[in-house]
Amino acid sequence: MGRITLEKVSKSFGQVDVIPPLDLTIEDGEFVVFVGPSGCGKSTLLRLIAGLEDVTSGEIRIDGTDATGVPPAKRGLAMVFQSYALYPHMSVRKNIAFPLRMAGMDAAEQERRVTAAAAVLNLTDYLDRRPGQLSGGQRQRVAIGRAIVREPAAFLFDEPLSNLDAALRVGMRLEISELHARLRTTMIYVTHDQVEAMTMADKIVVLRAGNIEQVGTPLQLYRSPRNLFVAGFIGSPKMNLIGGAIAARHGAETIGIRPEHISVSAESGDWHGTVGVSEHLGSDTFFHVTCDGIPDPVTVRVGGEVDLHYGDDIWLSPDTSHLHRFDGQGLRVA
Amino acid sequence: MARAVSTRRKIVTTAVAWAIGLLIFFPIYWTILTSFKTEAQAINNPPLFWGFDFTLENYAVVQERSDYMRFLWNSVVIAGGSTLIGILVAVPAAWSMAFVPSRRTKDILLWMLSTKMLPAVGVLYPISLIFVQFNLLDTRIGLTLVLMLINLPIIVWMLYTYFREIPVDILEAARMDGAGLRQEILYVLTPMAIPGIASTVLLNIILAWNEAFWTLTLTAANAAPLTAFIASYSSPEGLFYAKLSAASTMAIAPILILGWFSQKQLVRGLTFGAVK
Repeated sequence: MGRITLEKVSKSFGQVDVIPPLDLTIEDGEFVVFVGPSGCGKSTLLRLIAGLEDVTSGEIRIDGTDATGVPPAKRGLAMVFQSYALYPHMSVRKNIAFPLRMAGMDAAEQERRVTAAAAVLNLTDYLDRRPGQLSGGQRQRVAIGRAIVREPAAFLFDEPLSNLDAALRVGMRLEISELHARLRTTMIYVTHDQVEAMTMADKIVVLRAGNIEQVGTPLQLYRSPRNLFVAGFIGSPKMNLIGGAIAARHGAETIGIRPEHISVSAESGDWHGTVGVSEHLGSDTFFHVTCDGIPDPVTVRVGGEVDLHYGDDIWLSPDTSHLHRFDGQGLRVA
Repeated sequence: MARAVSTRRKIVTTAVAWAIGLLIFFPIYWTILTSFKTEAQAINNPPLFWGFDFTLENYAVVQERSDYMRFLWNSVVIAGGSTLIGILVAVPAAWSMAFVPSRRTKDILLWMLSTKMLPAVGVLYPISLIFVQFNLLDTRIGLTLVLMLINLPIIVWMLYTYFREIPVDILEAARMDGAGLRQEILYVLTPMAIPGIASTVLLNIILAWNEAFWTLTLTAANAAPLTAFIASYSSPEGLFYAKLSAASTMAIAPILILGWFSQKQLVRGLTFGAVK
C-alpha cells in the first residue's frame, strides 16, 4: 500500500517560502510525475515526502498514518537519486543488499532478493563489480535495484535520468514504466522534462514557484490546460500563444493553438505568412511561419512529405474547435 | 577532459619536473653523502661528489656518543600520539562543520587557520608558564599536547575539505535505505572517509616528526626527540659536518622510509573523489 496525502504542507528556508501551503493526494499504485521548470520546488516537495527535509507546517500521511515527524529510514519509502548515490566502496551485490541488511534480514533471504532483483534488471553478471566499474545506465539500474528489493510503500525518483545520454534515457524510461506496470507500486517521479512526464505518468502535477498549477492525466493537461503556464509548458513543440487583435476576435486576451491544429493552404486561410525554418522529423515536419500581425513565429505541424520551402507564401487556418482561450489573468475561459 | 599534448611539450614538462624534484631532493642527498665522508673531506673546497674515502665512522661515533634509540622512541611517541589525539578531536569537529554547518562555520575555520599565521615564538612565554605551572617541561605528554594543538587547525581543515567531497546524496541514500545515524557513520561515512583520514594521519606524523621549535624549546633530556638529537651535534666547540650529517640521516631515515612507502596512499587520499 502506498497512498500519500499532503495536507497544507509548506516549506520555507529562512525568509524564503519555497512551497506555500499545498494539498495533494497520491493514490495507491499511481505513477505521479512532478514537473516544472528549475527551481519550481518539485525536488523539495519530493524531499519533504521522503523526510530528507522537515516541513515548515502541515501534515504528510502515508497510508493514513501521520508521517510528518518520522525519520526517512522509518517511512518505508525508497528513493532513486539523480546522482545514483551508490556506495562506492561496496560491490553491486552489497549496494543492493544494503537496505535489507539495515532491516536485519537474514542472509539467505537477502541473497534471494538480490539475485531476483539483479535478474530483473540485467545485473547478474555485474554483482561483484564496484559502482565505479559500471556505465551510467548500469549504475542507475543498481540504484533502482536497491530501491525495489525493499518492497517499499512507494518509490521516489528524483530526476533519475538526467545524467544519462538521450538514447539511454528513452530505454530507461521504458524500463521504469515497465517496472511500474509489473509492480503496481506507487511511484513519484520528479523531472523538468515534460516529455518524460507525458510518456510515463498516470497523473501529472505541474508546479511553478512551489504552487500546484494543475493536476491531471497527461491528456487532460494537453487538451485542457488550466492556465497559460500549463498551456506553454506541456506539449512539444509548444502551443502557439497569440494575443492582441486576433485573440480579441475570439473573445479572449490570449488564444492558444497547438501546431497540429493548424491547417496549411497555398491559396486562402485566416492568417497570411511566410515560411521560416523547418524541422524534418521524417514522420512529421514542423514549420515556423512568420504571420502578419503576430509577433512570434507560429509553429505548424504537417505530414512528413510536404513541399514547402523557406520564404514561401502560405495561409494558415486554426481549427477553432481546438482553440484554447485565456483571460487577462491567464486563466482558461470555458 | 584530457587534452592532446605534443611530444615536445611532454619532454619539456618531464624535464622541468625532474629538475625541480632533484633540486628539492639535493639537500637530503648532500646530507646523506656527507655522512659517509671524513670530517676533513666534508668541508673540502671544492665540494667532493665522488672520489672520497667512504666511511661509516661517523655513524659509529654518533651511536657511541648518544642513545639514538631513546630519541627515536620519543619521536615516535610524540609524533604518533599528537596525531592520534588530533584525529580524535578533529574528526567530530570536521564532521559537524562539513555536514551540519552553521552560519559561523566558515568564520571558525578561518579563525583556526589564522592561528597558524602567528609566529610560534609569539606564544612561547605563555606556553612556557603553563608548562612550568603544570610540571610539563621535558615531558612527552606535554610535548604531545603542544604538537597536537599546533597541528590541529591543519588536521581539521584537511578532514573538513575531505568530508565535503563526500556527496550528501550518498548519506541521504543511506538514510532512505533504513540506516540510523550510527549505521550511516559506521557503514557508509567512515569507509568512504578512510583514505582521507589516512592521508591526514600520514601528513601530520610527518609535520610532528619534523617540528623543531617546540621540541627544542620545551625539552632537555627525558622527552627530547630526534630533532634535539640533530641539534646536539651543532656544538659550541665547532661544527662537525660529517657527524651532524650522520645524525641528520639517522633522524630523517624513518620518516623518509614511511613517506616513500605511503606516497601512493598520500596521493590517493588527497585526490580520492566520489563516484559521479
